[in-house]
Amino acid sequence: MTQLFENNPDKFKHTAPADARTRGQKGDWVTCAFCGAQQYKEELGEFLVCGVCGYGFRLGAAQRANMMTDSFTEWHADIEMTTPDFTGYAEKLTRAQAATGLKEAVLTGEAVIEHQRTALAIMDAGFMMGSLGAKTGAKLVALFDDATANDLPVILFSASGGARMQEGIRSLMQLANVSAAIARHREAGLVYIVVLTDPTMGGVTASFAMQGDIILSEPHALVGFAGRRVIEQTIHETLPKDFQRAEHMQASGFIDAIVARPELQHYLGQLLRVHQAPKEDAHV
Amino acid sequence: MSEKTPIDIVRASREDRFLARDIIAGLITDFQELHGDRAQGDDPAIIGGVGLLGEQPVTVIAINRGAEIAEKLQTRNGSPEASGYRKALRLMQQADRFNRPIITFINTPGAFPGKTAEEGGVGQAIAESILQSMSFKVPMIAVIYGEGGSGGALALATSNRVWMFEHAIYAMLSPEGFASILFKDAKRADEAAALLGLTPQELLTAHVVDRVIPEMDNHTAFYEQLRLDLKNEIADLQKLSTTELIAQRQQRFAQFS
Repeated sequence: MTQLFENNPDKFKHTAPADARTRGQKGDWVTCAFCGAQQYKEELGEFLVCGVCGYGFRLGAAQRANMMTDSFTEWHADIEMTTPDFTGYAEKLTRAQAATGLKEAVLTGEAVIEHQRTALAIMDAGFMMGSLGAKTGAKLVALFDDATANDLPVILFSASGGARMQEGIRSLMQLANVSAAIARHREAGLVYIVVLTDPTMGGVTASFAMQGDIILSEPHALVGFAGRRVIEQTIHETLPKDFQRAEHMQASGFIDAIVARPELQHYLGQLLRVHQAPKEDAHV
Repeated sequence: MSEKTPIDIVRASREDRFLARDIIAGLITDFQELHGDRAQGDDPAIIGGVGLLGEQPVTVIAINRGAEIAEKLQTRNGSPEASGYRKALRLMQQADRFNRPIITFINTPGAFPGKTAEEGGVGQAIAESILQSMSFKVPMIAVIYGEGGSGGALALATSNRVWMFEHAIYAMLSPEGFASILFKDAKRADEAAALLGLTPQELLTAHVVDRVIPEMDNHTAFYEQLRLDLKNEIADLQKLSTTELIAQRQQRFAQFS
């Protein structure tokens, strides 16, 4: 295990250029990907939230860990596996690794949130659009199995375009592989909380992002199975702007609560407290 | 076995040589269809019910593309809605309660990519089907008899055994979709088909499937042989304890990471 940070004010010591995606220079203009409002970067505040519509700008996994936890220790950083020999894939992976400082599209580990231990997985849309490859799957399986062995809940922040094209059927098999680990975690009576973030699509929606005991979402996150263009071509109509957005999905009954980013850590803390097993001797 | 190229097999897989109702009629006696998801509807793209495989009671779930145009429109050419997957899950839960083996027959271009499917939570319905399949205490066998399209196929293929017809395919994306994303040109589907590794022989080598079923023009003889193979396989799986059966199913998918 690699100690990434522990209860210190500058918590996450992440030197990779990941944060360049949202840090920017003072005075930079940014455009909200949901409502289109333009504002100065510093107006987004420490949580990087649009001042007009509340949309949370996309975060790197390390940045998210820093924002949402009291401390975080990475697990499974060194899981290695062979990657399929697909034209251009190795270069794409190398580029994604350089851009994010991550080895894979998901960061996994153990976190403390409001004094409670939890296993934590954070997907990073900046890493090949958070796509699900064999190694992504292996890291998630290891996280759920270690959480099961250590009696820990799991919190997962989803962010993914779906299966990873370059890995073909092996990528599809990860839907089943990760689900099996979730079934074992569930069998042990442990809680699994999902936070949907922008975007969560395809095979990830059709598996672990929708298997949480509790499913939260950030405001306006894109959440769905099929892509918008495919649907429009199939049914020959133009879809409304809010289609496949968290608010619409909640109205359809698939999201427990939409929680603004500044309130999210406390909200998760409350849920972890509610799910702490009562001590056997509590009534003695 | 087949000398066909990958794109030939893709085309053959879409030819409707085998229809869901014919397969059920050819294999199962006393089949009784059970309808509805007990929540909002009854998706004709999924046929489910109970019957006998020889003397063995089984639950059968089949994706239905329909026989003629009217039915094909109703089933969206075998693309289930969320409600279809929920019906399938309900029948699998029932099979689990009554200790009936589950046989699924799969032939779909994928779950329906439509507004109604998204609003019905088709992703969630598939997710729940996969998750609960990991804990059922009964033998499960999946047979892909045409197209095995992505998550919409996997929803019914998280089984102890996965078999494929000789001219079936199984992929994370259609060759046309794959070509349009990776080559920005849907017309290069033949190249994509070769790259996807979607043929039965390739999938057998990759251990994604356990058996390739040779097709025969004589369907009576074909169903006779398939019924025998399914009976034997179920009998073998019934020798495992519940714990072993669940562990085997879960392990089957752990080999891919």
